[in-house]
Amino acid sequence: MNKIWTIAAKELRTFFDSLTAYILIIVFLGMSGFFTWLFGSDIFFIGQATLQPFFSVAFWTLFFFTPALTMRMIAEENKTGTIELLLTKAVSDWEVIVGKFLACLLLIVIALALTLPYYISVWSMGPVDHGAVWCGYLGLILMSMAYISIGLFASSISNNQIVAFLLALFIGVFFLIIFQVLAGDFTGTIGEILDYLTINNHFESISRGVVDSRDIIYFLSITFLGLVLAETALSKRNIVD
Amino acid sequence: MNITVENLTKQYGSQKAIDSISFDVKPGEILGFLGPNGAGKTTTMKIITCFMAPSDGDVKVGNLSIYDDQEEIKKQIGYLPENNPLYYEMPVLEYLDFVADLQGVEKSKIRNRIVEMVHLTGLNEEKHKKIGELSKGYRQRVGLAQAMIHDPEVLILDEPTTGLDPNQIIEIRKLIRELGREKTVVLSTHILPEVEATCDRILIINKGKIVADGTPDTLRKQAQGEEVLRVQIAEAPNRDELISSLQNLESVGMVDPIADEAGSFILQSKGGKSSRRPVFQLCVQKNWILTEMTPIETKLEDIFRDLTIE
Repeated sequence: MNKIWTIAAKELRTFFDSLTAYILIIVFLGMSGFFTWLFGSDIFFIGQATLQPFFSVAFWTLFFFTPALTMRMIAEENKTGTIELLLTKAVSDWEVIVGKFLACLLLIVIALALTLPYYISVWSMGPVDHGAVWCGYLGLILMSMAYISIGLFASSISNNQIVAFLLALFIGVFFLIIFQVLAGDFTGTIGEILDYLTINNHFESISRGVVDSRDIIYFLSITFLGLVLAETALSKRNIVD
Repeated sequence: MNITVENLTKQYGSQKAIDSISFDVKPGEILGFLGPNGAGKTTTMKIITCFMAPSDGDVKVGNLSIYDDQEEIKKQIGYLPENNPLYYEMPVLEYLDFVADLQGVEKSKIRNRIVEMVHLTGLNEEKHKKIGELSKGYRQRVGLAQAMIHDPEVLILDEPTTGLDPNQIIEIRKLIRELGREKTVVLSTHILPEVEATCDRILIINKGKIVADGTPDTLRKQAQGEEVLRVQIAEAPNRDELISSLQNLESVGMVDPIADEAGSFILQSKGGKSSRRPVFQLCVQKNWILTEMTPIETKLEDIFRDLTIE
């Protein structure tokens, strides 16, 4: 655990040293703020004290934001050879993956924490369903976990950051759109499975304030699967390479 | 800690990068790993440091096997990889702290170790800079510092002196020699004088196989076979008498006059015999003046070429 934290802290520091963190946080806050307060079906348009507009914007921003965070995590180390340096230290492959995962997750949590003023502002304007707000945040975090692990997997099988970014988006699109579209075309078990695999359904039910264990299990299993695949890809240097 | 390599084989596709090599290294020994590019030096090192798994065979560090105790082995090893990859965006001190943490150095000792390493490798002036801002020589020092930060029992150094200037090379060699007194050191290099200057033992590998193993001296003797002397006799009577008297010595196998220097010869002794005393005695007896008698040693370069070129 200690080493996981060491790696996470180092990655997080690198984010902030390299400006990546600032740029991504500013873009995230800018995008979500713009659509929450100023444009389209914003809060004033809806006329209710709810953060629902923010959650549906963040749902999309995080989809693009997360692969941008994860793309360099392993791909760059593969490219510059520092992966050899890291893996010949007294750490396991799993600790490296989880450490990097935590660093990305922490950055997203920081970005989300910076949107708490939105919550406070809305609260000051009218009665807010606090449960729904916290569930919304929980949903965003769970969803980010799934995207991060997909992103790490994409990063682990490439040594090119752009490829890692596009691959992560590509896998993400399946969960976001393609499964849903296909689910409409199939009936019966296949349809149900595809429907279950769609991120939107799970996110929506959580952000409405309904915390169902099935939704949580869904996100956690994608996360776990992604991390295991990333670790497998990392340790595959032992077999081929 | 001993390193024991047994029948180690690594296969890339149909090509064998290393082919069933076995050797062992003891503490207090500096092993020089020599071989042309692509001979399998780096692959062997990557396997010892648990970065790669072998196709076959085993490596033991102390009693630990690379199959079962990877983390423990990695803790005991300080490794400087080929081309010295580093996190360029990190400052030197922060990086050393990170590595010390990963290698399990106690929190209270980390500061001292870092100060010691910075001092030892001469990084004091540069310690606050980002690694990417340093020159190649300084980066190499950072590489060495991170390899030694946890005071490992075993040091594996893949070409430790590339990119250093001559003064630094001498310093680093001295450092390696000092470390080699108590620890187990394996280093690879292309630079032959470096091996002679630093290593107790040389292992030459070619095409994945060990072709020579021994101290620089034994290798030289093996390659040379008979003793070869360069002899010069001043004020020699006449050439033919000289040659025939030398030839008549019991231990002398062949006498070869050097073309443009009168009185100079290359003497090759018979197998296992030395002609130094007989030649000297001959000169005393005949009242000739012996002005030069030098044993000609085979250079390491020649041994290397003989073994690695067909």
